[in-house]
Amino acid sequence: MTRAFGALLKRDLTLVARTPGDYTTPVIFFVVCTTLFSFVAGKDIAVLKSIGPGVIWVSALLASMLSLEGLFRSDYEDGTLEQILTAPAPLPLMVLAKTLAHWISAGLPLLLISPILGILMNLDFNSTAILVVTIAISTPTFSLIGIFGAALVISQKKAGMLLSLLTLPLCVPILIFSVSAVSAAADQLPIGGHLMLLGAFFVFTLTLSPFGTAGALRIMLSN
Amino acid sequence: MLQINNLAGTRGERLLFKNLSFAVNGGELLLVKGRNGAGKTSLLRLICGLATPETGEILWDGESIANIRSEYFRSLVFVGHDNSVNLDLTVQENLNFHQALKGNPSAHSIPEVLERLGISRYLKVPCRFLSAGQKRRVALGRLAISDARLWLLDEPFTSLDERALDAVKNLVIKHLDQGRLCLATSHQTIDWRDSKVNEIWLGDVS
Repeated sequence: MTRAFGALLKRDLTLVARTPGDYTTPVIFFVVCTTLFSFVAGKDIAVLKSIGPGVIWVSALLASMLSLEGLFRSDYEDGTLEQILTAPAPLPLMVLAKTLAHWISAGLPLLLISPILGILMNLDFNSTAILVVTIAISTPTFSLIGIFGAALVISQKKAGMLLSLLTLPLCVPILIFSVSAVSAAADQLPIGGHLMLLGAFFVFTLTLSPFGTAGALRIMLSN
Repeated sequence: MLQINNLAGTRGERLLFKNLSFAVNGGELLLVKGRNGAGKTSLLRLICGLATPETGEILWDGESIANIRSEYFRSLVFVGHDNSVNLDLTVQENLNFHQALKGNPSAHSIPEVLERLGISRYLKVPCRFLSAGQKRRVALGRLAISDARLWLLDEPFTSLDERALDAVKNLVIKHLDQGRLCLATSHQTIDWRDSKVNEIWLGDVS
């Protein structure tokens, strides 16, 4: 059981390592998207500072959407997914392995680059730190929500748009609490509640998404 | 032993077959025949647990496969229409992955068996650079390294050359000689020597 989990994780990471575009594109998108806003804000540093956390957050969210479409693509087309479904290991566990691989390849790079973008948006050290913490808690949640969406649209050829429509609304609560955590921190207000709620969202999706995704895959592949 | 009782198969809204009952015992090969679109692949997908039957039951050693999923999956190898071969991985990596997926340790004896399938030379080659027939051989290589009791093969011989076809045939015969079971769909006529071979024909239901 753990062997199958490890094998799937290792295989997915190997595949990502062989196609560097898979993990560099979201990062570049993240940087470019954030930078665009700083042009719009013009020379008013106060504006930049006030929209900064929100901009970084929305960019991170959109960037993590980019890699979702390909999550099951090759496995669905070459039949590997059928093999995963007929493996003795529980399917939710295999889904979890894929989610973890997705987070390492798509979420982690965003997390690592976000402090630099914080500086770019003229955030102070404290706000940047909180921003990084919220991104660290929330990118795994995005991966968990995203993989469920990706499983639902698996048989669609051009699913990118539909996938965004399905998953983006589900990410709204996370967005709200993350950004308000950063602005609360800037106003010297306590942020424990925000972070706990973000943690709760993570645990909530962690418990439901693998089972939901497994169910969706079984239905999508049954005909 | 595999037993099918009163199974019905559908594709979309269309009924493909109904009241299908048969049993496959140890050491037997069952060939599923029928014209294109008769439901051969659908039957195999039902038996390997990918699809759930609307009516009828599939029993493995007397237990419904829905109740003993994990155990049943451990004892079967399914080679479908698609090769399940990832193009960016090497032959060796593909085989190791499938081996691990079944919960087995990476096979140390991989090269020896694959010699006969003629793919041992390509173990370190990414599958992207293999021909259709070679990819099919990699897919069938999963049979060579497994010790599963039930093999489900969907058109195993497509795009194979004569030598590979012979190697696969010998694999199946050896598998049957060990008292194990095999279900295959195939259009080719093949000499199975003294193995016990049954056939079922999926025809029209009107």
